[in-house]
Amino acid sequence: MLEALNLSKRFGGLAAVQDVSLSVPGGAITALIGPNGAGKTTLFNLLSGFIRPDGGSVRLEGHDITRLSPHAICRLGMTRTFQIVQPFAAQTVRENIAVGAHLHHRGRREAIAAAEDVARRVGLHAQLDKPASSLTIAGRKRLELARALATRPRLLLLDEVLAGLNPQEINEVLPVVRAIRDGGVTVLMIEHVMQAVMNLCEHVWVLSNGRLIAQGTPREIAAHPQVIEAYLGHGTAGRLLTSAHA
Amino acid sequence: MRQLAAIAAFATAVALLPAITSSGVVLNIAIMTLYAALLGQAWNILAGFGGQFSFGHAVFFGTGAYAAAVLQARFGWNAWAALTAALALGAGVGGFIGALSFRYGLRGSYFALVTLAFAEVFRILANNVQFTGAGVGLMIKLDPGAARFQFADKAGYLYVILAFVVVGLLVSWWLKHSRYGAWLQAVRDNEDSAAALGVNVFAVKLQAIMLSGALTAAAGVFYVQYFQYIDPSLAYGPAVSVEALLGPIIGGLGTVWGPILGAAVLHLLGEATRGLVSSLPGVNLIVYGVLLVLMIMFLPRGIIGLVKCSRP
Repeated sequence: MLEALNLSKRFGGLAAVQDVSLSVPGGAITALIGPNGAGKTTLFNLLSGFIRPDGGSVRLEGHDITRLSPHAICRLGMTRTFQIVQPFAAQTVRENIAVGAHLHHRGRREAIAAAEDVARRVGLHAQLDKPASSLTIAGRKRLELARALATRPRLLLLDEVLAGLNPQEINEVLPVVRAIRDGGVTVLMIEHVMQAVMNLCEHVWVLSNGRLIAQGTPREIAAHPQVIEAYLGHGTAGRLLTSAHA
Repeated sequence: MRQLAAIAAFATAVALLPAITSSGVVLNIAIMTLYAALLGQAWNILAGFGGQFSFGHAVFFGTGAYAAAVLQARFGWNAWAALTAALALGAGVGGFIGALSFRYGLRGSYFALVTLAFAEVFRILANNVQFTGAGVGLMIKLDPGAARFQFADKAGYLYVILAFVVVGLLVSWWLKHSRYGAWLQAVRDNEDSAAALGVNVFAVKLQAIMLSGALTAAAGVFYVQYFQYIDPSLAYGPAVSVEALLGPIIGGLGTVWGPILGAAVLHLLGEATRGLVSSLPGVNLIVYGVLLVLMIMFLPRGIIGLVKCSRP
C-alpha cells in the first residue's frame, strides 16, 4: 500500500535516514521500532511529506508522493499523528475533530456531525465541549487519533500514540487501534511499548542509526541478535545466548 | 442565528442614531468609532482568526486611500468605482506581501516586521513619486452627492461606514461558522497539525491576508471620502497600523464583536481624557498604551473574554 524506496535524509553531517526501503501491506497493523535517535520520526516525516528526502521515493497505492506537501498527501488518503501532541488548544474537542472532518464535508453541520461520530469511536464523546487544552495526556492522544480519523484515511501513521500513558490507559487504547484496523484502515505505528507491538502488529521493521537492520513478525524480531544488540549494546546477544545455554 | 440577530439589532440601533440626535459631535464620534472598528475587524481576520500578527496594516489602508484619491483626482473616476478598484488593490497588495512572506515561512515577529517594513517602503514611495502628489498629498474635490460617495451631512457617512462594519461583522460570523474559518483557526493554533489534516496552510493564510487587505482598503477609501485629503504619513504612517490592532486586542482577538467593543471603549476613553485634560494633547495615547499593557497582562482574551468567563 505504501512503499518507500531507498529513502535517505541527511541533516548536516548526520545521516538520519539511510537508504531505507519498506513496503507496508494494506489492511494490517505494522510497526517501526528502534532505539532513541534511530530516525523513526524522521522517516515518518519523509513518508508524510513534512520533510523532503535527499534521495529515494515514496509511493502510496501506486501514486508517487515523494514531493507532495502534507495536505496533498492527506487528501490522497494518508495522514499522521504527532509524537508530541499538537491540539488546537484554544478550540473545543468538537472543533478540533471537525477540522479533520472538513476535508470531506464542506458544510459546518455535516462536519460537526462527522466529528461527533468519530469522537464516539475513540471514546471522547463525553469531552466534546471541553477545550482541548484541558484534556489529560491520554485524552490528547485520543484527540490526535480522532482528528486523523476524521479525515477518513486509508493509511494512518501513528507516532508513539501510547507514549506517556499508564498501563491501564494503554490497555484502553489498544482496542481502539485494533478497531481502526478492523474498520479498514491500514496502520503503521512507531512504538516503544513492546507489549503493544507484540499484541497488535503483524510485521515489524527495526531502525537503528538510520538504517533498517531487521524485519519480520514481532516474535522473530524479539529474538533477532542484531536487534538485541541495537538496544542493549554490542556483544549482548552472544552473552544472552551463552547464559541461556549455561 | 442568535449572532445574526444581534448583528441586525446593532445595525438598526446605530442607523437610528441620526433620528435621535443631529449633533455633529456625537455623530462624528460614532463615525470615527465605526471607522476604527472596521480597521480592527480587518486586522482581526488575519491576526485574530489566522494568528498572523501584522504591524503594518497601514500598507493596505494607504493603498486603498491612494487608490480612491488618485483615481478620482487624476483620472476623474467615480468614487464608488474607485472603491471597487481600491478593494482589488488592497487584496492584491495583501496577496503580494502574503505570497512573499508565507512562501518563506515567516511567522510571528518576523512576519510582523516584514509588514511594518512594507508600510514604510510604501510611505517613502508615496512621498517621492509625483502621481500621489508626493509629500504635499492629494485633495479630492468637494462635491456632495450619494452617487459620488460624499455627503452634506454626517448621517450619510454614518450609514456608509455602518454598512462596511456590518460587512465586517458578517465576514467574522462566517469565519466562525464555515469550513474556511475552521481551517484558518486551525492554522492559527498549529500549522503542522493543520497540514496533517489536509489543510493547505499557504493558501489559507494567503486568502486571509487578501481578505484582510481588501477590508482595510475599504477603510482607507472611507477616510479619503470623509476628510477629502490624504498624504503619505496619514496613509502609510504607523498610527493606522496601531489603531487597527488596538481595538481587537482590547476587545477580544478572534471574536466577532471584539473589534467593535474595543474601538468603542478606546474612543469613549479617548474622548473622556481629551475632555478632562485638554491642556495635554496626546494624553489619550498614553491612556491607550497603559490600557494595552494592562489588558495583555490581566485580560489576554480581551473584554469579550471577561464576559465569557463570568457566564459559564
